[in-house]
This record gives sequence, structure tokens and C-alpha cells, in this order.
Amino acid sequence: MDRIPIAKIGSCLFATIQVDMHDRLALALREDLGSELLRTQAKGVLLDITSLDTLDTFIARLLAGIGAMAQLLGARTVLVGMRPAVAMTLVELGLTLEGVQTALNVERGMALLEATR
Amino acid sequence: MPSESKRIPASLTVMIRSSGQEILQEWLSEQLSADTLRLDLIDEKTLEVESQEFLAVLSSALGSEELVDFERPAWQPVLSFLDELSRARDHAGFGPIETASFVLSLKQPLFARSLENPEKQSSKEEIWCVNQVLDHLALYTTDLFRERREATILRQQEEMEELSTPVVKVWDGILALPLVGTLDTRRSQMVTESLLEAIAATGSEIAILDMTGVPAIDTRMAQHLMRTVAATRLMGADCILSGIRPQIAQTIVHLKIQLGDIKTESTLAAALKSAFRQSGLKVQAEG
Repeated sequence: MDRIPIAKIGSCLFATIQVDMHDRLALALREDLGSELLRTQAKGVLLDITSLDTLDTFIARLLAGIGAMAQLLGARTVLVGMRPAVAMTLVELGLTLEGVQTALNVERGMALLEATR
Repeated sequence: MPSESKRIPASLTVMIRSSGQEILQEWLSEQLSADTLRLDLIDEKTLEVESQEFLAVLSSALGSEELVDFERPAWQPVLSFLDELSRARDHAGFGPIETASFVLSLKQPLFARSLENPEKQSSKEEIWCVNQVLDHLALYTTDLFRERREATILRQQEEMEELSTPVVKVWDGILALPLVGTLDTRRSQMVTESLLEAIAATGSEIAILDMTGVPAIDTRMAQHLMRTVAATRLMGADCILSGIRPQIAQTIVHLKIQLGDIKTESTLAAALKSAFRQSGLKVQAEG
């Protein structure tokens, strides 16, 4: 798989990451999200990382970058489903992803985007 | 080749075998007159039985073994007897010195016998051998004592750690974590871990960190707290800090610790109220 599929639900873009993120895949995701945001004029981005059990610094910074980019394009980003071990690792690395909102699961993430639209 | 000084002289074995009864009697009277005697913890009969058994295992070890080498199988019964004895005495309330004195007091009757040996050289060898054996065995009982104490400390430490990180579900979607004592790196890791696991398991959106049981705070502990809060946020849950004592609040201000935008409440009750409000719940009196 060389691209992560992006679905549009209502006014939100939804991408679920189910494979181990390698750098090229992550960069492709950022690019695709950017062009999709422009094309669809979506107001929110939901990134589901439930099935990721590792996250390196590059990917983490890229996720924060996606948040910042989406904001410039008029959309808010919610990261959902981070596992406890991943959260602890990111904090140990000093990466707290300040610019990104988080939620426990996809449902709550959707509700968060809906509520603040 | 083992050193000559470790060899057990044959005359010693013969001496213990032939006059075992007299040695036992002398040893007993020696023990009964010693300062370390604790007749409040042990009665004379038990003392006699124990002394007899120890002398028996010791003499059989000395008889079947040529060297003072406690790794060898012949010494095993002696060591396991002392294992048993020191455990029982520890349980009864004997101190390590008193238990070691039990072994060491056997020196006197054995030395007295050895000095009666007309041959100077073998007399010297016997005394040296007895000295080595009994010193080692006495130290062995002390070591056992230390080992048991260390095991106790370790067990208590583990229990304490387990007890000190309970994550309580106070309402649907609201967790509380009462922190007790100081947070070091290890404990904060455990606290964070159990909190995050609980958040994932219960799908809770709000976690209340209650600091009522925290006596003091330093920059390191504040750092740990911030990390816990940050990790909780990454999972998608909110953190409320509650129960910060006035002294701690002063310390936080004095140390210029930046708690960032972490929500704080004065008491656990206030934090719970705020959590209710945040999740759209309302507490109402009936009627």
C-alpha cells in the first residue's frame, strides 16, 4: 500500500492509519490531505491511529504539521485512538502535539468536530 | 589443590565422635549461663534438642568431608538445619546476634577439648578448623537474617506501590486518581501507565488527579505531573488537578513552576462538580 485512503464524511475528512507508518507514506498522507481539503472545502480532519502501536518522532512531528496545515486551510484536526503506550512514549520524547485536538475514539472525535463547527 | 589450612584434621572428628555427650553438656551449660540466653523466647528442652541436632549434623558433616568448603554436598544438611533454626528463632523474636551466639558458643567446649590434645600441632589444627567452621556458620545465620529482612522490605515496597496507584471510577466517564506520597520517576511512570490503561479500558473523558495526600512538591515531581497530564491529553481525555494544599500552591508559585493551562480545583468535590458540568450532568436534590 503506498497511499492511505481518505474518506469524506459530511464536512469532514477521515483517514484511518492501519499500517505501520513509514516516512514516505506519512508525507504522502499530508500531501493528499492538503489537496483534498482544498478540493472538498472540508472543515475538519479526523485521523484515526487506533491500530498504531509505535510512533516515531518524525511521524509525530508530521501529525502536528498536518494540524497546523489544516488550520491554515480552515479546518480543525482531531487525532483519535492513541494507545497508552504511544502516549507515554510521545511525552517521554517531549512531543505533546500542542496544536492538535485529541479524542478517545472515532465517535467522540466526530462529536467534537460537529460540536465546534 | 586446596590449601592445607582448609583440611579437616581427623583427630577433630574422632574427638567429637568419642566425647559428643560431654561436649553437648558443656555447651548447654555454657549457653544457659550466657548473657544472650533468652529463656523468655525458648525453653531449656527445645534448646537442648536444637543443640543436640546441630552437634549431630555438624559432626556427620565433619566426618564425611575432608575440606571446609561449604559448597560441598556434605555441608548441605548443616546449612539447611541452620536455615530452619534461624527462621524459627527469627519468628520467635531472637535477634541476629543471639542466633549467631548459639553457633559461636560451641567454640568454648570444642576449644577446651582440643587444648587437651597432647600433640601441639594437631591441637592447633583442630582449633583453627573449628574456628573457621563456626565463624562461617554464624555469619551464615546473620546473612539469612539479612536476606529475610530484605525480602520483607521488597515485598512491602511492591505492596506500597500497588496500593498507592488505585484508579477509581467515580462516575461514568470520570476517573479519579488519588495520589499519596511523593512521585519519583518510577512511581510516576506507574501512575501514568495505570491511568492511561484505565482511560482506554473505560473510555473515560475526564481524569481527576487528586493531590490531597501529597505532602510536598518539587520541580521534578511537577515535571512528572505535567507529563501525566500531557499523556492523558494525547489519549483524548481531560485532566483536572485537585486538592493542592496551600503550602504546595505556595511552593509552586515560589519555584515558578508553570502548570500551563492545566485545570485546577481546590478540592476533589469541586473537581467532580466541574467534571459533571463538563459532561453535561447535573446533581439535583430529590423532591
